Amino acid sequence: MLRLEGVSAGYGAVTVLRDLTFEARAGEITCVMGRNGAGKSTLMKCIMGLVPATRGTVTLDGTALHALPAHRVPLHGIAYVPQGRRLFGPLTVAENLGIGLMTRGMGEETRERVLTLFPRLRERLDQVSSTLSGGEQQMLAIGRALCLEPKVLLLDEPTEGLQPSMIALIRDVVVQLKETGVATVLVEQRPDAVLRMADRIAFMAGGRVAEMVEARGLTADAPQFMAYVGV
Amino acid sequence: MESAVTAATLALTAVGLSLVFGVMRVVNVAHGEFFMLGAVSAWFITTWVGGPAWASFLVALAVAPLFVAALAALADRIVLKRLDYEPEATIVATIGLMYIFQQAALSFYGPQAMPVEPPFNFRIQLPWFGYSAYKLSVILFATLVLIGVWLFLTRTKAGLVMRATQVDRETAQAFGIDVDRVYAGVFALGAGLAAIAAVLIVPIQQAHYLMGHDPLLLAFITVIVGGLGSLRGTIIAAVFIGLSDGLIAFFWSPTLAKILATLLVAMVLVFRPQGLFGAKQA
Ligand SMILES: Nc1ncnc2c1ncn2[C@@H]1O[C@H](COP(=O)(O)OP(=O)(O)O)[C@@H](O)[C@H]1O
Ligand SMILES: [Mg+2]
Repeated sequence: MLRLEGVSAGYGAVTVLRDLTFEARAGEITCVMGRNGAGKSTLMKCIMGLVPATRGTVTLDGTALHALPAHRVPLHGIAYVPQGRRLFGPLTVAENLGIGLMTRGMGEETRERVLTLFPRLRERLDQVSSTLSGGEQQMLAIGRALCLEPKVLLLDEPTEGLQPSMIALIRDVVVQLKETGVATVLVEQRPDAVLRMADRIAFMAGGRVAEMVEARGLTADAPQFMAYVGV
Repeated sequence: MESAVTAATLALTAVGLSLVFGVMRVVNVAHGEFFMLGAVSAWFITTWVGGPAWASFLVALAVAPLFVAALAALADRIVLKRLDYEPEATIVATIGLMYIFQQAALSFYGPQAMPVEPPFNFRIQLPWFGYSAYKLSVILFATLVLIGVWLFLTRTKAGLVMRATQVDRETAQAFGIDVDRVYAGVFALGAGLAAIAAVLIVPIQQAHYLMGHDPLLLAFITVIVGGLGSLRGTIIAAVFIGLSDGLIAFFWSPTLAKILATLLVAMVLVFRPQGLFGAKQA
């Protein structure tokens, strides 16, 4: 279980997360919702150690992550799909996957599994990743993360700007992963998508998780969507 | 011949500068001093080792670049890392390093210029001309090192890690890359390349504590003309600038060569700010 307790974090003098508590369980999809600037991406970066927690603790199955330098965090099995994909653009598809494989020393077997999940990537292994279509780039961003064989998968708005068929494909992959026991944290802005996938929903406001609710039984006209997302 | 040697050693020096700028975004004003330290330590090493010229030279060629690379890694740790690689701050800091290295060389080595004996000293006699075998071997060796660097960057895991870090430092960390180590390694590699160039040149030019100025200037010109961070562009520009610098200096004057080179940089900056071979920033 991934757990954040009393976490504060920000950029220089600006505090974005204040006394935030959050958790994500194995085999569940925890969706994170909130307005633009609510700190959803900052929460992701804080888990990864890229924005260090100035207070509080981040633990994965009891291991303190907040004390580690950022490059040690993924070794514990946390994989990150950043907002805007952040591929290594001039590198090829194969090289981007190679970086992911190197992170935790995974090999051919993992690579095969990822390429089976995303056959489009197999056809384009030697293509420079910045020349892929938007959907293919997102597949690569997710594929690169899956090369870690993660226990925890952080996805920051993975369907942003994609066409519906691609969104459906990515949703299927994420649900499939959850069923293998991965703890998934998904930042997603559209209530319909969230309701279809989420086990629990964390609503962020004021730099904290203002409300954490079970998704079961929730409908699109639930007051939280209006209050925290404004839709 | 002279200009081909200039081109070869310039290519090594400039590729070092370009790597450091490309990956770390650090404009290393002290790069010329790593060149100078390579030459000066080659003098020390050959003097201490003694024995036949070829043997002591080989030791210098192996040890001097490693020594300079270690020094660079140390400078990265002590100085650049503390500044968090802030572009403006590192320019000032490397200017400081430049003077520190110069003064250190002046204290330990002295103000005089001293030669290192070439490892071998015969001429290859062709029907129309005689060539210095040493100069030919400098060109050959520099070419091999450059090919080695290219293979390292494109074919090895360490090279892949460097290229990924160059693209996106933050995401690199999210994939387990220790950016501090990569930076120290790149800074060491860049300095080591300058030192190799210097060891190769010192049997031709003599070692002197102020000898870093010209290579720094030429390397900057090369990197700017070739396109910041573009390796291929840097090498092509080095060959072009090395050859023309040598020819102009030979037929007219070294000053004219510098003036023309500076003019070329100005033209490139005005008409192709991304460099002749650099890709446009997206
Ligand atoms: N690199 C940064 N430096 C300074 N402030 C930042 C940086 N990134 C984000 N912020 C600020 O932090 C707040 C939260 O941003 P973010 O976590 O990206 O929100 P969200 O992902 O919920 O839209 C915003 O006010 C944003 O302006
Ligand atoms: Mg965001």
